[in-house]
Parts: sequence; C-alpha cells; structure tokens
Amino acid sequence: MQSLIHARGLVKRFGDFTAVDGIDLDVAPGEAFGFLGPNGAGKSSTMRMIGCVSMPSSGELRIFGMDPVRDGVRIRGRLGVCPQLDNLDPDLTVRENLTTYARYFGLSRAEARLRADELLDFAQLRDRAASQVEPLSGGMKRRLTIARAMVGDPALVLLDEPTTGLDPQARHLLWERLFQLRRRGVTLVLTTHYMDEAEQLCDRLVVMDGGRIVAEGSPRSLIAAHCTPEVVELRFAEEGDHAGKLAGVGRAEALPDRVLLYVDDGDDAVAEVHRRGLAPSGVLVRRSTLEDVFLQLTGRTLVE
Amino acid sequence: MVSAMVAARLSPVRVGAVMGRNVGALRSGPAYWLVVVSGFFEPVLYLLSIGVGVGALVGRLEVGGGRVVDYAAFVAPAMLAVSAMSGALAETTFNFFFKMKYAKTFEAILATPVRPVEIAVGELAWALVRSAVYTGAFLVVMVAMGLTGGWWALAAFPAAMLVALAFGGVGMALSTLMRGWQDFDLLGTGQFALFLFSGTFSPVSDYPAVMEAVVVATPLFHAVELVRGLAIGQVGWGLVGHAGYLVVMAVAGLAFAARRIQRTLCA
Amino acid sequence: MGATAAVLERHLVMYRRLWRGSVFSSFVLPVLFLAGIGLGVGGYVGEIGGVGYLAWITPGVLASTAFQTAIGESTYSVMGDFKWVRSYHAMYAAPVRVGEMVAGRLVYILLRVVVAAAVFLGVTALFGALRSPWAPLSLAVVALVGLAAAAPVTAFAATVEHDSYFALLFRFVMIPSALFSGVFFPVEQLPGPARVLACLSPLWHGVELSRAATLGVFPAWPVWAHVACLLVWAAAGTAWAVSAFGRRLRD
Repeated sequence: MQSLIHARGLVKRFGDFTAVDGIDLDVAPGEAFGFLGPNGAGKSSTMRMIGCVSMPSSGELRIFGMDPVRDGVRIRGRLGVCPQLDNLDPDLTVRENLTTYARYFGLSRAEARLRADELLDFAQLRDRAASQVEPLSGGMKRRLTIARAMVGDPALVLLDEPTTGLDPQARHLLWERLFQLRRRGVTLVLTTHYMDEAEQLCDRLVVMDGGRIVAEGSPRSLIAAHCTPEVVELRFAEEGDHAGKLAGVGRAEALPDRVLLYVDDGDDAVAEVHRRGLAPSGVLVRRSTLEDVFLQLTGRTLVE
Repeated sequence: MVSAMVAARLSPVRVGAVMGRNVGALRSGPAYWLVVVSGFFEPVLYLLSIGVGVGALVGRLEVGGGRVVDYAAFVAPAMLAVSAMSGALAETTFNFFFKMKYAKTFEAILATPVRPVEIAVGELAWALVRSAVYTGAFLVVMVAMGLTGGWWALAAFPAAMLVALAFGGVGMALSTLMRGWQDFDLLGTGQFALFLFSGTFSPVSDYPAVMEAVVVATPLFHAVELVRGLAIGQVGWGLVGHAGYLVVMAVAGLAFAARRIQRTLCA
Repeated sequence: MGATAAVLERHLVMYRRLWRGSVFSSFVLPVLFLAGIGLGVGGYVGEIGGVGYLAWITPGVLASTAFQTAIGESTYSVMGDFKWVRSYHAMYAAPVRVGEMVAGRLVYILLRVVVAAAVFLGVTALFGALRSPWAPLSLAVVALVGLAAAAPVTAFAATVEHDSYFALLFRFVMIPSALFSGVFFPVEQLPGPARVLACLSPLWHGVELSRAATLGVFPAWPVWAHVACLLVWAAAGTAWAVSAFGRRLRD
C-alpha cells in the first residue's frame, strides 16, 4: 500500500540551527502515528513540513505521493490540521468558525452548514453553537479546533500536542474523540510529550531527540526493546548511595528523589532489596512505560 | 470637600510610584516614547495645514473689540488647547482603559499598599506631564512663528495645564464607564466633533443660534476661549468664567473617577 | 481564485459582529468634518476656481475619508490576524493561497470604502456640493484610492511586530497626507519639496480625480496619469503584501 507520508533524509534548518536532522518516515493509511520527544526535539518543525507550511531544507518528502513544494494547496485540501496554539476566530460563534473554515475548502454554503451540524455533534458542542469562542473552556476550544480540522473530510489529520494544557477530564474526552476518528479510518499523526497519550493513541511512534529519530516502533515493542517489563521505584528517608548497594538486582538509576530499578520481576526484586538490608520508605512496583524508554534512550526526563 | 478628603489620605510616595511605572514603560523600548513624542506633531500639522494653508485663503479675521488678527494666530491657540486636551485624554482614556481592563496593571498595583485614589491621581499626574510636554513645545512653535508674544505665551501655559487637568479628570471618569473598544469609536468621534466645532476654526458667533448655545455648553469651547484670550492678549473678566468651568470639570471628573475605580477594582 | 470569496466572506461575517466599533468614524466623522471646515471656515474663504469652498473641499474630503478608512482598516486587524488570532495561519493550513488571502482582504476594504463613500456622497448632494453629472464616477476614484492606500499598508502591517508602528504611520504618513494633499487648499501653495511629496501621495491623485468628477473640471495632470500613479501604488502594494504574507506564513 502507498504510504501517506514518505520522507527520506528530511532536513529543516533555520540559519545555523538544524531543527530536523535527516529523518526517514513512512506512515500508512489508517495508522495512528506519534512523534514523541521533549520540546525542541524537532517534532513541530516536522509537522509543519508535513502540513506544507514550512519548506524542507533538503531531503525527500511526499504527502499523498505529492510534492509539498509544488502541490501545497492540493495537499492541504486533503489535510486536517490542529495546531499547537488554537487559532479560532474569537469574535465569531462556534458555528461560524466551522462554516467559515468550510468555505476555505470550497464547500458551498449549504454543504458548510450541514458539515458544521455534523461536527458540532462530533465535538459535543451542539448546545454552544451560538456562543462566541472566547468564553469556551480550553477543552471545548481544542475540541472545536479538531472539529474544524475535520471540515474538509481529510484523509490525514495532523495534531500538534493536542492535549497540552488541558485538565484530566478534558484530555480523556479528547482522546475518546480521537478514537472515534481512528475507528472511521482517518489517519492520525500527532506529536506529544506525554507518554500516556502516546501509549493510548498511537499504533506506532518515533522518539525524536535533537532533530533525529532515536527509536521507532509500537509502544509495546519500544518498551520490550529498550526496557525491562517491570520497574521498581524506591524512595528513601535518608540520603545515601542506595543505588550502589543494588548491584546485580537489575539496572539501577538514581534520580534526585528516588531510585528506579529495571527488572524482569518486580516482587522478586523487592524481596532482594530487603534481603540486602535496605529499608526504603516507599516501594512501588509497576509495569514499565514509554517514559522509562525515554529515560533509557536520552537519560533525562521528558517534560521540560 | 471631596478634594480635601482625598488630599488627606494621599501618599506622595505611592502616587509617585504609580507615575514611576509609566516612566518605566517609557524607557522600556522605542515604541511607546515615539508614540508619545509623535503626538506633539498632530496639532502642529493642523496649524500648518488649516492655520497657514487655508489661512492664506482666509486672510485676517476680526476677533471682537475691533481687533483683527491673522487667521493662523486665531487657529494656533485653539490647537494649543486641543493638544492639551488630546495629550490628557490619550493617557486617561485609551491607555488607562487598557491598563484597567486588559493589562491588569491596576489589579497588580492594588495588591500592594497603593490605594485606588492614588492610582487615579498618579495616572492623572502622568497625563499632565505628557500634556505639559506637548503644550510647552507647541508654545515654542507659536512664538517662533510669531503667533503669540513671549509673555503671553507664559500666561497661556498654566491655562493649557488647567485644560489638561479638566480633560484628564473627565477622561478618567469616562474610562471607568467604557464597556469595550467600540465605545472608543464614539469617544473619538465626540472628541473630533469638539475639535471641529468649539470655535477652533471659526468664531462660534457664526454658528446658528441653537448650535452656538450647544457649543457654549461644551468644555473645549471654554478651553479655547481661555487659551486664545491669553495667547492673543485679549484679557477680560470672561476668562475667569471659562477658567471656573474648567476647575469644576476637573474636580467633578476626578472625584467621580476615584469613586468608580474604588467600586470597580475593589468590588 | 475560489478561496478569495471565502476569505472575503470571513471578513464580512466579522464585520457583521464588529461594525459598531467603526460606524461613527466611517459615516459620521466625514460629514462633521465637511460641516466644520467647509461651512465654518468656508464663510471666510470665498471661492476657489469659481466654486464655493464647501463644494471645493467636498471631493477632497471624500477621497481623504477613503484614504484614511483604507489605512485604518489595514493596520491593527491585519496584524492581529497574524499575531493574536492567527487566522491567516488557519487559512494557510486550509487550501487557501497567499494571493487569495490578500485579494479577499483588499476586496473587503474596497467594499467598506465604497459603501462609506456612497453614503457620504448622498449627504453632500443634499448640501448641494455636487456640480457635475460625472459625480458618481468619484466612487470609482475612491475605490482606486482605497486600494492604493490599503495594499501597501496591509503589507506593512504584515511585517511589523508591534502596534506602536501604526500610531507612527498615522501621525507621520496618514495625517500629513490628509492635511497637505490638496484637500483643504491647492498644493500650489506648498513650498517646493513639500509639493513633490504631496504629488507622490496617492491621496493627491485621488483628490484631483475626485474633484474633476464632482465639479466637472480638469485635473492637474491628464486623467490617465493620475490613474496610472494610483495603479502603481495599488500594484506595488499588492505585490509587497503577497510577499510579506508569504514570508510570514512559511519559513
């Protein structure tokens, strides 16, 4: 099957600064694909190139098999974009935001109205249709932005940090809406620096750091490849070289507030910790997550 | 008296701090001070265009008591009064409203020991400084163009400051009543109507009787008459009446504004 | 150019919400101006070129209003749509071309200017200031003036980062143009260098053409020359705007 996004050796430079440093990508139709990485990793620059609003400095990029430099308008006609910062028209109503945007895609006024009605239901904003955008909550605005991105019935939807700054309820509601889109066969490409979001939403993801792809795979396979199945988090009341006393139990990583122990079986490891005479004030055994993978890959925390 | 009550509670240090914030803003970058300085040019341009340009078509004008002056000398004092007005209004309406509603500057200031009335006085004092710069510079232009004598210019300066005080007080009072930016379109239009019809470009006695009666009730008319009387050296008891109007306006505006600020910000 | 209509529509929908913010300055101010200067000062001026002062400045105020409206409407709102609302970024994520954004915006300004001018023209007809059957042609003139002023200012607004520049634009470009471009007194009275500047301003060409239309007199230069100057401003401004929008949207 032809890939929707195809990149080889893609580079984006701003003056002396290289934001994206030669990446290869293929996103297949129907996939939910994620870019994971800290701020400044090159995720947004990559997204902007895919959205045809930023020109690649070098390398090859094809969207729907077309060249973004030559066919930008045709590509954008089949894309839905949800930018990192909401760019809704605050003086227009919720419905007008949708109908106005629909007209940019060449829909007739009648089509735009119908489409707006469908999308108001999708975004669960039907009862706010006549409200202005300004007083809406952050979650509502973001849902409206996503609904607006759907206005041209896109085959590919780009979401740049879709849930940054939202409270937990709003995030879960948004994730649920994005699941709906996946079920309809829409291809999703999103950036995030939240591990749980990537695990929830993505079939496949790449971890970016310093403009390069440092790992690629499904969330499970990344965890399997770069981490152990379980992690034990140990907290100690008094300071000291606790990690040093754990040699042989598993790979130990000392963080300022706790020690992480990467092991195959967490309960066995805890028993061994106690056997060695250590008395942690807090013990947590959990499955390893993408965050652990990231720590493994880059040696620092994700959210900066 | 309200003013006595106000004075008793004012702290010069805190009022100074409110003004100092504006001075800081002035130093923050080229943009704000350029805007402030450029405000001086507007009345000068009007003086050159209407006073001198159209004046060449008009010639000389009778100003009562058998005195005849150049049209430019007739228009110039009016532009001086206008520049005092617009300098004061720019600070007390547009900038004041922005600081109150959007920048939340006052909310931040009120979290300190500064009281609302001190904000009002501080902002008004700042508006007066801006007006003083405009009117002072404009008087220099007038003297240089031979449109007023040196001593009369010195007499006109405090009169112009009284104009600024009166409009500053009322401007601040109006700002507290503004609902949004669309009200500024109305305010701007009202200000422009005053600018056109306060005996600025032609004597009010030319207007139809009804219109003349309306104009005589509005503030810029008194400001123009007061400043013009001094600038062209035509002094009479009438000037005291004009000055009285402006004093009442300043006191009433300031008292109203202080009460409204108290109510809006400390509600 | 399909999306041009969609962009225009967006501005019109916006205007339906925000028209109250400009109704006085668009419709009331010019009439006040005409009354204040034309009637008030006019009584002392007498006639210029065989017509009363009011009739003489009417076409000038008409062109000047178009000029100032076009500039005013092309500043804060253009910058805001880039900087605060980011609606041009939103359009650019949709299949809208940069040229269509600029065209939609300029057509919107043209509509605003022509409607305001038509109302003004109606009022001045009541004052008896229109003396020629060519007077309706002045609407075409103000459309051209509007375009010649709006296009470069739109481009300027798309390049600046701070709104203080607009206050400077108003004070050092717009107001001097409005005061010294032959609206209130003939430019022949200006000293040499100032006269050259006045002749560079699109407003002077608009004033000359508009006066020719309402009074049925010959303009200072041949009609085609005035029109050509306005077209140069409009074309160069539009080209600059398209490139400024493009530079701002893609990197």
